[in-house]
Amino acid sequence: MSVTHDARVQVHRPAATAPRPAVRGWPEFNNPAAWIVAIILLIMPAIANGFFLIEIFATTLILGTIALSLMFLAGYGGMVSLMQLTIAGFAAYMVAVFGTSDNANISLGWPWWLAVPMALALATAFGTLGGALAVRTEGIYTIMITLAIGAAFYYFTNQNWAIFNGHTGINNVATPHFWGVNWRWDIPFYYVVLAVAALCYFAVDYISRAPFGLALQGVRDNPRRMAALGFNVNAHRVAAYAIASFIAGLAGVLQVWNYRQISPGSVSVGACIDILIIAIVGGITRPIGPYIGALVFVLLRTFALDFLVKIGLDGNRFRLLIGLGFLAIVFWSSDGVIGLWQRWRASQRRETNRPGGGRGHG
Amino acid sequence: MLKCSVGLLALSSLFLSGAAMAQDKIKVGVTATLEGTYTVLGEDGIRGHQTALNVLGKKIGDKELEFIIASTDATPDSAVRAVRKLIEQDKVQILLSPLSGDEGIAVKNFAKTHPELTFINAASGAQETTYVDPAPNFFRFNMDGAQWQVGLGKYAYDEKKYRKIATVGEDYSFIYTQVFGLALEFCGAGGQITNRQWVPLGTKDFASVIAALPDDVDAIYLGLGGADAVNFLNQYQQAGGKAHLMGGSIMIDQTILSSKGNAKNALIGTLAASGQADTWEDKGWQKFVKDYQDAFPPNKRFPSPSLLATNYYGSTMALILALRQVNGDLSDNQSKFKAALAKLEIDAPNGKIKLDGNRQAIGTNFVTEVVDDGKGALFSKVVKVIPNVNQTLGYDPAVFAKIGLPSRTVPECKKY
Repeated sequence: MSVTHDARVQVHRPAATAPRPAVRGWPEFNNPAAWIVAIILLIMPAIANGFFLIEIFATTLILGTIALSLMFLAGYGGMVSLMQLTIAGFAAYMVAVFGTSDNANISLGWPWWLAVPMALALATAFGTLGGALAVRTEGIYTIMITLAIGAAFYYFTNQNWAIFNGHTGINNVATPHFWGVNWRWDIPFYYVVLAVAALCYFAVDYISRAPFGLALQGVRDNPRRMAALGFNVNAHRVAAYAIASFIAGLAGVLQVWNYRQISPGSVSVGACIDILIIAIVGGITRPIGPYIGALVFVLLRTFALDFLVKIGLDGNRFRLLIGLGFLAIVFWSSDGVIGLWQRWRASQRRETNRPGGGRGHG
Repeated sequence: MLKCSVGLLALSSLFLSGAAMAQDKIKVGVTATLEGTYTVLGEDGIRGHQTALNVLGKKIGDKELEFIIASTDATPDSAVRAVRKLIEQDKVQILLSPLSGDEGIAVKNFAKTHPELTFINAASGAQETTYVDPAPNFFRFNMDGAQWQVGLGKYAYDEKKYRKIATVGEDYSFIYTQVFGLALEFCGAGGQITNRQWVPLGTKDFASVIAALPDDVDAIYLGLGGADAVNFLNQYQQAGGKAHLMGGSIMIDQTILSSKGNAKNALIGTLAASGQADTWEDKGWQKFVKDYQDAFPPNKRFPSPSLLATNYYGSTMALILALRQVNGDLSDNQSKFKAALAKLEIDAPNGKIKLDGNRQAIGTNFVTEVVDDGKGALFSKVVKVIPNVNQTLGYDPAVFAKIGLPSRTVPECKKY
């Protein structure tokens, strides 16, 4: 074992924060744009009908939350994990298995308030174990290990009939009813999703500024120096996986409630990579990025076919349009939509400061 | 005052025209697998649907049908997503969906959450869809996978003298249902199924499957479809496979028989069963084939319609005929329309079809053999026609229920 492993976890050391006292507070509170977005999200049910509310906005928030867990790992921990959707799918399956569904021979019929914590605990354990495997590697090897876990889980669900009910998956999963409200009705469900997404967003935002998050970013930037300072690098990474798994698990629970069914198609390798695309397209530097990426993704996925037909082209080529959209975003901005926005803001500022100043080098 | 009343008039006419527009159109959502392994099947399904519209027209009394197509990839999730989009965004009143087996099970379950709408199955053929806990608003005008295999096992045993066979199939509900139909008959006649191999939908590499095929069998039954079937045939030929083949309903189908390359030639002489036969002499069938061929240029269609085209044609036909019977009346949660569908008997290209109490088709089945037409095109030739095939395959419902639901290992190879 190397020195790295002998170091103790010292997350709460004041020294960790001491050199960076001027850490930003809650910048969003002073940003009018953030307030506008928050208000629009809150009054969304008054604006959007059932389809836009659930299929577009709730789905965006769910996918965005899964991508947020990847953003947390990749942006702050420097670990690109392709298994975040797998963890979400695992949580979704566990809700179906422990809860109530049409497959009475599989589902145990627990009430939702028992099934959901169980699912979250198992999903967090699953993700943490996967993470513990993956932290021994770096860069491309982390991607490969996590992709392998995702692919293995997909094929396992596809062929296991005892727990996962194979390719058919588990249908008619029960959703919670209490206080006289069916929480899967469009408007209550939207608010549940919004609350969970907001919670995860602020949690990630908070952690990124908390001692643990700062230490994690230190580990990302220079693991050797962090080890020399006495931080247990691997323990930080595994803890990051645990947090990310919990976030992904929450999103997975919402996903199974959304469609009331779960089947291997939802945890396919393609879907795992979709999460990476969402995070990259949105930008992995800030927690808002995944949500923007998810919105772009959901809009393209839902409307590309209609759009092509409307302008008189062959609807069968809609995948091409989706691909071109992503290509364009990544081509012009390696850090996603967030990067485009930041660069635009910077150029605006530059133009006001130095009129006649050149545009970016493009 | 004048201005005001003109404005009012304009406004009211706007509302009226809005109301009239809503009255004039009946919106129907259609899903097909336009992505993934079953893309060619989905595309031909849509061609069958178009052919039906060409023949029957879109007018229902003074109303007009409007169709909105959504794409799926044969997974249940994609089907539910597509159906939800059609209902919630496009506000369709009737659904023609879905194409593939597990999609059917998921959409049937979803149909229960929208009891006011009507779902007409487009082509999916898993037994469970209409057999277990059926949805009252889900109607299926095509037979299921087991019904489509009726006649095959007996013919193979009696005429071809096959005694031992092995099966290779895609690992999902439709193929389970097909093997179920085959096994009941073949094993019932005294045959043996020595080995059942299951491959995931979308398998590209069949090397290990081919290596594990037993040598001491009289024939190998293939329950594959779309790209999987073509991949298997290519690799099977490269591996020098020479066994007699038997095929499921989407294996011996124009989607495979008119694929490019030589691999399909391995299929000449293959025995199969399906809800249709390409060279059936029946007048209605011949007319359908001609309508299909006239509707599309030769390079944009198959030489002859596939089973999917036929199913989409049949379901579209049922939709239009039932709507005409009630003159497009969808009031009272579509109850008149649903009643008309339940009683409807259609003269589909592949024989008469009526529904049973679970709203599942009772129809005609065909045992076929693949022949070369001399110009390099392959067709399925009828060797036997079996009318009036019901979902319990002629078994007493109580006996049938004891067999269990189709799965990897059900039914056992014995006489029930």
